[in-house]
Amino acid sequence: MALDRATVERIAALARIEIAGEEADALAAELGAILGWVETLNEVDTADVAPMTSVGGHSLPWRRDVVDDGGYPDRILTNAPDTAGAFFAVPKVVE
Amino acid sequence: MSALIEGQQGPWEYAIGLEVHAQVASAAKLFSGAPTAFGADPNTQVSLVDAAMPGMLPVINQACIEQAVLTGLGFGGTIACHSIFDRKNYFYPDLPQGYQISQYTQPIVSGGAIAIPERTVRITRLHLEQDAGKSIHDRDPDRTLIDLNRAGVALMEIVTEPDLRSPDEAAEFLTRLRALLRWLGTCDGNMQEGSLRCDANVSVRRPGAVLGTRTEIKNLNSIRFLREAIDVEGRRQVEIIEAGGGIEQETRLFDPDRGETRAMRTKEDAHDYRYFPDPDLLPLELDGAFIDGIRAVMPELPEARRRRFVKDLGLSDYDAGLLTAERARADYFESAAMGRDTKQTANWVTGELLGRLNKEGLEIEAAPIPAAELGELIDLVADGTLSGRMGREVFEAMWNTRRPAATIVEERGLKQISDTGALESLVDELLTREADKAFEYRAGKTKLLGFFVGQVMKATSGKANPKTVNELLRAKLET
Amino acid sequence: MRRLGLADIRAGLARGEFSAVELVEDRLVALEAAEALNAIVTLMPERALDAARAADRRRAAGEPALPLDGVPIAVKDLFCTECVRTTASSAMLESFVPPYESTVTANLTAAGAALAAKTNLDEFAMGSSTATSRFGPTTNPWKAKGDQRPRAPGGSSGGSAALVAASVLPAGLGTDTGGSIRQPAAFCGIVGLKPTYGRCSRWGIVAFASSLDQAGPMTRNVRDAAILLAAMAGHDPKDSTSAREPVPDFEAALGSGVKNLRIGVPLEYRVDGMPDALDVLWREGARWLAEAGAEIVDISLPHTPYALPTYYIIAPAEASSNLARYDGVRYGLRAPARAIEEQYAHTRRAGFGAEVRRRVLIGTYVLSAGYYDAYYTKAQRVRRLIAGDFEQAFGKIDAVLTPTAPTAAFPLGEKMDDPIAMYLNDIFTVPASLAGLPAISVPAGLDHTGLPLGLQLIGRPFDEATVLRAAKALEAAAGFDAEPEFVR
Repeated sequence: MALDRATVERIAALARIEIAGEEADALAAELGAILGWVETLNEVDTADVAPMTSVGGHSLPWRRDVVDDGGYPDRILTNAPDTAGAFFAVPKVVE
Repeated sequence: MSALIEGQQGPWEYAIGLEVHAQVASAAKLFSGAPTAFGADPNTQVSLVDAAMPGMLPVINQACIEQAVLTGLGFGGTIACHSIFDRKNYFYPDLPQGYQISQYTQPIVSGGAIAIPERTVRITRLHLEQDAGKSIHDRDPDRTLIDLNRAGVALMEIVTEPDLRSPDEAAEFLTRLRALLRWLGTCDGNMQEGSLRCDANVSVRRPGAVLGTRTEIKNLNSIRFLREAIDVEGRRQVEIIEAGGGIEQETRLFDPDRGETRAMRTKEDAHDYRYFPDPDLLPLELDGAFIDGIRAVMPELPEARRRRFVKDLGLSDYDAGLLTAERARADYFESAAMGRDTKQTANWVTGELLGRLNKEGLEIEAAPIPAAELGELIDLVADGTLSGRMGREVFEAMWNTRRPAATIVEERGLKQISDTGALESLVDELLTREADKAFEYRAGKTKLLGFFVGQVMKATSGKANPKTVNELLRAKLET
Repeated sequence: MRRLGLADIRAGLARGEFSAVELVEDRLVALEAAEALNAIVTLMPERALDAARAADRRRAAGEPALPLDGVPIAVKDLFCTECVRTTASSAMLESFVPPYESTVTANLTAAGAALAAKTNLDEFAMGSSTATSRFGPTTNPWKAKGDQRPRAPGGSSGGSAALVAASVLPAGLGTDTGGSIRQPAAFCGIVGLKPTYGRCSRWGIVAFASSLDQAGPMTRNVRDAAILLAAMAGHDPKDSTSAREPVPDFEAALGSGVKNLRIGVPLEYRVDGMPDALDVLWREGARWLAEAGAEIVDISLPHTPYALPTYYIIAPAEASSNLARYDGVRYGLRAPARAIEEQYAHTRRAGFGAEVRRRVLIGTYVLSAGYYDAYYTKAQRVRRLIAGDFEQAFGKIDAVLTPTAPTAAFPLGEKMDDPIAMYLNDIFTVPASLAGLPAISVPAGLDHTGLPLGLQLIGRPFDEATVLRAAKALEAAAGFDAEPEFVR
C-alpha cells in the first residue's frame, strides 16, 4: 500500500500532530510499508465472521445513580499547565 | 409564517428534521459519580474520570439507561436488547477525552413517533451520549476558559426524520417532545439552563419533490429561536436557489439579534469522527424483564390521559387538552377534582389558576395554592358558603397569603349569609321601610326586584346569598 | 538478601531473620547501585520504607502478616502512583503527578508491599526494547559471551524485567498489551505472566490499547508469580472490563503437578528463521512436560500468521484514541502557541516520540472514513478467528506450549529503524493477547552465546492456575539457575 504525502498530512492533521515538510515523505514510506504488511489480512476469508468488539464474556456492569465523586477542583487542576481562577485556560478559541 | 415559502418563482416547501439533545434527569453523570446540578462553581462537579486523567475508566449509570428506555417507550420506540457505545473522536478543549462516548451504529432506541396536529412525526432514534464541558470565550481577552462541570453529563440525542413542514410544526413538535420528557420525568426540559438544546436540519424543495440539500443550524436554545431560525434559513435557501445557486451542506449558527444564520468556521475534517466501539465498555444488554419493568412503572401518557378526561370525566376537548399539556397540571387537576364536580374543578384550574400562573410566569409546581386547598375552595362555592365573586376574592387571598380558604373566610367574615331566618328579618325590615316601592312592585313594576336585592346585599356587605335573597323577596312580594 | 524471592521473604520475616526495614534499606542501596541499567525513572524510598515500617510494626504488635509484607517491588512507570510522578516514559507526562493511585498498586500496598521504584518502559508501552523511552534505553543485565555490546531487555516492561533479572528487586509489575511482560521476561531470564484479560483492574494504568492491556507479575520464579498475581488480581467496580471471577489460591495450585494435563504444541509457531537453539529448547520443553506426566498433543492454530498484522491494526487504533487526551489542556506537556490548534499540533509533536507518533498516525488512518472497514473491522473479524482457534484447541488440550520470543535479546539500537522487524518480536505473544488468554514466559535455557531463552504457556480464560502448574513443572525440569553478567 503506497501512501501519498497528502494522505499523511491529512491523518497528521486529524491526529493533531505537526509534521515537518521533509518528514511527510519519510512517514509516507514508513506508514505505507506497515499498511502493506497488515494488508496480508486480506488473504483471510471473513465473510461470515462477526467483528470481535470485546474480549470479556460478561455483560456491561452498571453503577447506581449515586453522587460519590467530584468536589475536588484542586485535584482536577493540580497538573494544569495554565489556569484562571478555578478554570482551565487555553489560547483563545475562535468559533 | 405559512407552511410554504412564496418565492419569486412559486411556492417552496420546508423539510425539517430535528436533533434534540435532552439532558437526562439523573443525580450523577453518565459514566462517573460526579453530580449534575446546574450552576455549581467551576470544576467542582468533576471526577478524575470526567477530566480524563490517564488511566481513568467509565462505568455506566443505571439510571441513565432506565431514563433512555422510559423515554423510548414514551414515544413508542423499539428498545434494543443489544446496543453499543462508540467513541466519536475529535479535538476540542472542553472535550477532555479527545472523544465523546456516544452510540453510533447501534442506538438504545430506534423508531417511534410523536403526533402534532398536522401530522405524525417519525423519530429515527434515541441514543445516549456524554455532554462536553463549557468553553467561556468572553471572560478573558486572550484565553478561553474551560469548566468541566458539564463534561460527562448524560444526554439523550433524539433524532427525527425530515417530516416537519414548517417552522411552526417544528416549534409544535419540540413543545410536545419537551412536554413528554417532562411528563416522563426523564429531562427537566429547561432550555435556559441548557437541559434541552436543539439542532435543526433544514432544506427546501418544490412541494412533493425529492429532498433538497440541507444545512444544520446548531444550538437553538429556545422554541422561539428554533422557529425564527428555520424561517430565515428557509428563505435564505430559496433566495439562493432561485438565483441559480446551490445550497452547501454545512453547519450554521443562528444570530437572533440580526435575525440571520451564518456558516460556522468549517473544519476540513469536521466529518471524520473515526467512530469505533469503545473498548473500555462492553455491549449494553437489556433483557425483556428489565424493559417490562420500566414499562410497568411508566405513567399514563398525555394522549391517553386526555382521552380519559373527555370520556370518563366529561371534560371538553379544549379543557382536557389544556389540562394534559403538562403532567404536573393533569396531576394537579385530578387531585383537586377528587370527590367533586370535575367540570367545576376544570373551570377553576383552567380559569383562575392557569390564568394567574400565566400572569406570574410560573409553572404549576410553583402554585402557592395546593390542589387539595383549591378543592376546599370549590366546595365552599358549591355548597353556597361563598358566592362565585366571593370565591374569586378568597382565591386571590389564598394566593397571596398561602392560607387555606376556611381560614380566610373566617378571618374576613366573608361567609355568605344563606340562613333564611337572618335574611328574612332583614327583608321584612326593608319592605316596611320601602313600603312605597313594595306597593309599586306588587302593582306590576317587577323591575324593582333588583333594587330590593341590591339593598339586602348592601346591608350585608355583599355576604347575603343572592339566590336566597331572591327567593325570599319573591315570596314576600308576590303573596 | 539479593536472591530472596517473595516466598523466601515471607519465610525469613516469619522466622525473624531480618526485618522488613532491613530488607528494604538493603534493596534501596542495591537500586542506587544499579544505575548503570537505566531501569529506574523515579525512586520511591520514602514510600517503600513507610510500608516496611508498617509491616514491622504489625509484626511487633502480633498482628497477622500480610502476604507481601516488606516485599520491595518495581513498578512499571505506567501505573499511576499517588503523589509520585507517573511518566509512561514520555515527555508528555514527564512532570505529571497523579492525584490518585492505580487499583493494582493500591492492592499491593494493601497487601503490605513496599513499592520502591517506578521503572522505565517503551514510551506509552509501545515497543519491544524499552528503547523508545524519553529517558533513554534500559540495558539488559545479560550479555552474550565474547560480545560486550549492551543488549535490549525487551519491552515494553524492560525496566522492571532488568531490575528483577539483576536481582535488585525480587519482583516487578509489568503490563502486557502484545507481549510487553512476556518478551522482556524471556530476554532477561525471568518469569513473566500476563493474566487473562479482566483479571487485574486497568483502573489507573495509563492506557495503550484498552482491549488488550493487562497488568501482570514479573518475578524470578513461578511461585513468586503466583503469590504476586494473587495480590494484584480481583474484581474492580471502577473498571467495566474487570471480571467478576473469583481469585483462586494460585500458590496452592502449584503443587498439583502436570499429570494428565494435555499440552498442545501448535505447528504454526514453527516459523522460518527460528534459531536452532530455540527450536531445540521448545522440543525439550515438551519432553520435560511429558516426562512429568503430561500428554503432548500436536495442534493447529491456523490463523496464527495473521495475529501480528491484526494486532498492529487494533492496538494503534485504540491507542490513537486513548492518546487523544494528551492535548496540553488539563495536564502534561503544553507547547507554547497562540492558537489552540497550533497548541495541539506542537504539544503532540513535542510530547510524543517517533514510535508513538507512528502508531497514533497508523491508528488514525485505519479508523478514518473510507478505511475503517478495510482495516479495523477486518482486523476485528480476524481477531475472532484467532480467538476461535484457541477455543477449539482448548476442547482437547489444557495449555499451549510455544517459544516466547523468536530470538534472544538483541543488541541495543538494533531494529530501531525498521518498525516491522521490531514488531516481529511479538509474533508468539500477540495471539494470546488478542484472545485475552493467560500466558506465562518461563526461563528455560540459554542459547549458544549464553543469553536466556523463554518458553511460553498459554491457558484457558481465567485458568492461570493451570498455566502456573505447567510453568512450575517446566521450571523444575529446566533447572534454570544462570545469572546475568551484571550480577556476577
